[in-house]
Amino acid sequence: MPNLTDLLILLPELYLTAAACLLLLLDAFIRPEQRNVLHWLSLAVVLVAIYLVVANQPPFPVTAYGGMFVRDGVAEILKVFALLCTALVFVYARPYLADRKLYVGEFYTLAIFATLGVMLLVSAGNLVMVYLGLELLTLSSYALVALNRDSAQSSEAAIKYFVLGALASGMLLYGMSMVYGATGTLALAQLHGAAAHTAMPNLLVFGLIFVIVGIGFKLGAAPFHMWIPDVYQGSPTAVTVFIGSAPKLAAFGMAYRLLETGLGDLAPHWQQMLAALAVLSLAIGNLVAIVQSNLKRLLAYSTISHMGYLLLGLVNAGPEGYAAAMFYAISYALMSTAAFGVILALARAGFECEEIDDFKGLNQRSPWLAFLMMLAMFSLAGVPPLFGFFAKLLVLQAAIHAGMLWLAIVGAVFAIVGLYYYLRVVKVMYFDKPVEGSEVRVQPDAGLRVLLSVNALVLLALGLYWGPLLGWCRAAFPG
Amino acid sequence: MTLSTSILLIIALAPLAGCLLAGFLGKAIGRAGAHGATILGVAVSCALSFWVLYQLVWGGAPVYNQNVYTWFEIGRFSASVGFLVDRLTAMMMVVVTFVSLLVHVYTIGYMADDDGYQRFFSYISLFTFSMLMLVMSNNFMQLFFGWEAVGLVSYLLIGFWYKRPTAIFANLKAFLVNRVGDFGFLLGIAAVLYFLGTLDYGTAFASAGSLVGRTLQVTQNTHWDAATVICVLLFIGAMGKSAQVPLHVWLPDSMEGPTPISALIHAATMVTAGIFMVARMSPLYELSDGALSFVMVIGATGALFTGLIGIVQNDIKRVVAYSTLSQLGYMTVALGVSAYAGAVFHLMTHAFFKALLFLGAGSVIIAMHHEQDMRYMGGLRKYMPVTWITMWIGSLALVAIPFTSGFYSKDAIIEAVGASHRWGSGYAYFCVLAGAFVTALYTFRQMYLTFHGKERFVVVHDHGHGRHAHDHAHGHAAAHGHGGADAAVSPEEHPSDEPGHGEPGVLHHPPKESPWVVTLPLVLLAIPSLLVGFLTVGPVLFGGWFGQAVRVEEANDVLGELAREFHGATAMALHGFWSLPFGLVVLAFAITTYIYLFNPALAGRIKRALKPLYVVLDRKYWFDTVYFAVFARGGVALGRALWKGGDAAVIDGALVNGSAGLVERIAAGMRRLQSGYLYHYAVAMILGLVLLLGGYWLIGQNGQ
Repeated sequence: MPNLTDLLILLPELYLTAAACLLLLLDAFIRPEQRNVLHWLSLAVVLVAIYLVVANQPPFPVTAYGGMFVRDGVAEILKVFALLCTALVFVYARPYLADRKLYVGEFYTLAIFATLGVMLLVSAGNLVMVYLGLELLTLSSYALVALNRDSAQSSEAAIKYFVLGALASGMLLYGMSMVYGATGTLALAQLHGAAAHTAMPNLLVFGLIFVIVGIGFKLGAAPFHMWIPDVYQGSPTAVTVFIGSAPKLAAFGMAYRLLETGLGDLAPHWQQMLAALAVLSLAIGNLVAIVQSNLKRLLAYSTISHMGYLLLGLVNAGPEGYAAAMFYAISYALMSTAAFGVILALARAGFECEEIDDFKGLNQRSPWLAFLMMLAMFSLAGVPPLFGFFAKLLVLQAAIHAGMLWLAIVGAVFAIVGLYYYLRVVKVMYFDKPVEGSEVRVQPDAGLRVLLSVNALVLLALGLYWGPLLGWCRAAFPG
Repeated sequence: MTLSTSILLIIALAPLAGCLLAGFLGKAIGRAGAHGATILGVAVSCALSFWVLYQLVWGGAPVYNQNVYTWFEIGRFSASVGFLVDRLTAMMMVVVTFVSLLVHVYTIGYMADDDGYQRFFSYISLFTFSMLMLVMSNNFMQLFFGWEAVGLVSYLLIGFWYKRPTAIFANLKAFLVNRVGDFGFLLGIAAVLYFLGTLDYGTAFASAGSLVGRTLQVTQNTHWDAATVICVLLFIGAMGKSAQVPLHVWLPDSMEGPTPISALIHAATMVTAGIFMVARMSPLYELSDGALSFVMVIGATGALFTGLIGIVQNDIKRVVAYSTLSQLGYMTVALGVSAYAGAVFHLMTHAFFKALLFLGAGSVIIAMHHEQDMRYMGGLRKYMPVTWITMWIGSLALVAIPFTSGFYSKDAIIEAVGASHRWGSGYAYFCVLAGAFVTALYTFRQMYLTFHGKERFVVVHDHGHGRHAHDHAHGHAAAHGHGGADAAVSPEEHPSDEPGHGEPGVLHHPPKESPWVVTLPLVLLAIPSLLVGFLTVGPVLFGGWFGQAVRVEEANDVLGELAREFHGATAMALHGFWSLPFGLVVLAFAITTYIYLFNPALAGRIKRALKPLYVVLDRKYWFDTVYFAVFARGGVALGRALWKGGDAAVIDGALVNGSAGLVERIAAGMRRLQSGYLYHYAVAMILGLVLLLGGYWLIGQNGQ
């Protein structure tokens, strides 16, 4: 029977579930022109959730429901940033949605449910919880991708995402069943140490491989990345910015829970596998991004390469590596919200502003937005002194300390390759002449402008002052 | 009493806050807001700097040396922000913020009609911040940051009027010449890291002794002394920033920038950064006699030979600019004879009187409606008495008349060089003595040409403004139609820029005294130009005032020797009346007075008689010509050769295009994999799974 302590530990998630249901109900009763009420309420709901996560933070890791649910430093940090990203997405998305008749309640409730999935996933203490959290997140995401029902492109993206997601989900489940078969337990904490006693070590590793496929799909690491470009490009940008932020944090949390908390004994196996995925992701992400002309697609390939760097941290398989990878996931989430935020700020009814050519001469039209985009691009490219530089530095260091110097060298080489396409965006903005006849109209929404500026400037600020955040990440992984 | 970190942070950051406000919100807060914010920031800095100096000198506060923020650490290399505040630093802070504050005030009048008003205030506040970071640093990284940041601001400000081709040429030149110096400087910092293993001043100086006997192996049989290598490389950086021969060529051209900048950056503060840096590094320099001899010879050469050029200049600002070069030479000589305190003391007094002279020159330029040529001035003293008197005060300090502040610092340097036994000190002594004579020549010539003698301009009362196409868009059109009390005229218009003001020596209004925001700084600078030397010479120069901030070996301590003969500031000044330098000044005074007041035709005759010498000086020893021919043109030729031969063929062809082509082909291939077909995607996932399983089968299993 659940007791009060369990409920209190689960308070932020319970609150969010209830709030999302209420929002759904409310949406049914309000008139379309009152949609702003829903917007502000959703934003408030998310901010209150952040408060609940931070305020109720237990001083030491606690579990609820017999270990099904874990609340520790890792979960707290990931939840805070996932909720923060969701709040940012709400603000960034509103003008875009309003311009396209997509300003509907479903967007908010689905996004909140997806975030709830993220929160359950990163707090999972049991294979079943991992699966449930993941499904909640992905099912909501499918629907979000298909939000624009009239767009063939969106529907196609959603179908692709759904089919491939189902495939990955099936593999993950199959892997979990093998792990269960080999160890006889579903609790991650009990899995730890079970590898030494299992009678069927091969079955366990087979299970691990299938689990890694699931993780690889969620992260978007090559060769399980194929959905990313199509989904990023096909979704409404307001949804892309969501998919590119909070779920990446979830993917890191899921990898950490499954690989370290659960299958930490098998680290020598999965380190090699993740290293292979990392190299493939770095190569495919960076190389294919070069030939893209669509900015959303370019950012999709850039995501793939960034997940390669994140894997570099995981490959370390120690507290230093996990902290570096989490730091990387956070930095990526903030950088991608900033980059997509600029696209959202420039898009308007009938104009997506997603081709790189649309950014030609932006500096002459809107120097401030060009500057913000430049910050985002430089940070994604890993140019010091921006946030992205230190994130890269830390994961490369983690790889070197894990004895994989070659991997770090591959990472550094592809960072240089990657510079090319990020700098191309900057070059187009600053040195090319604006296309004749085109006009730039920045969304007048004050919230979007202010938060986007803050978001991009934070990339600079955290580059100059990154100690506390890293300290926070490190404290979550006591050696 | 100890120094507080927060006060030091406020000192450094207040100007930055002003800069950001004026720079980013310039339009919103308007002109008054921009100068209000920046002046407030610098004023706060200045007041707190005085407080810090007070605490250190009278409050008995210990030296402050702490890291404030560590940005990152990679191995033994760490980048941190920290402050080392001792008396040397505190003195620099006071000089920098005080002069900067006055220049800020002065700028209100000087730039009154410029479109780039807010931008200008933002830049000079940024400069103040950078300069403070430079002098307050406790490590080489931050020093380098400040070093480059002041260079950047200097570059921006020389080219402030970026529509003028000459300004663009000048700032490019300053930038390139400084790159040469900075390259040496960076190598010097690298050498410090290599030999001493740290970039922190305290640690580096403490372990400086370990450099003795260490060498840098250049070839099989060539070993260079480690300390000499470090010191010479660092000094090359100082040569660029402090405009020492042969990297001095950028400074005269930097006069293309607005006059407040010439005063603040290119006379009083930034160009003295090199002097400060060498004084700060005295524990390293004391280890190398060779490097100090190098410093001394370079400085002495600059002190005399750049001063000579000043004699033939006709542009009022350029005379002051060459005088700055010459005075920087004096400071450098002082460093070269281990009289670090003397160099820094001269730095301080020079900052006051040279800023005064520049701002005075600016005031004259305002009155002359952007005429800078002294041949069209003369007799201005009755039009602008405040400028006239204050500039005379500055000039007397510059030529080192006893009791003025310039006397104490310069005379001490000359005496110190005379007392030194270092290799090359004979040559240096000759240079600094002759330099004193030359200084007096160009200074008196400038004063006579500008303020005395006959008026060589005519005032045409012409009110047909309508036909003058004033180029207001250009940003600094003159405001002579307004006639209001505070309608200060923005000068330095290139004659060709504005029709109607092209004829030299023709003014539409008689010259008049500048508004109070211009003359107040002149008066406030005239006071220390007169008095600061008399008040401080005893303790600062001879009293070991700097304590541990500068380190001088017993054998090199020329100031210590002089201190034994020092019996108070008054005695020193009285003795100064009977010294050789003062005799030379009197001689120069007699000559210039005769020529420029009583027999102006003589100047032309002398010029003709000494034609070859005149040409040498007028061409500035052909430094520019040679640099242009060899480096600029040679660089272009070399670049073209490398471009055609190396770049186009090897790098572009094989490496860049080759690898880019390869990358593109790979990318195109991979792109084709992204076919859009769902089953292709699924197959890719399955393949990935198979590969992982296969990899485990092949490698993983054997590993167990």
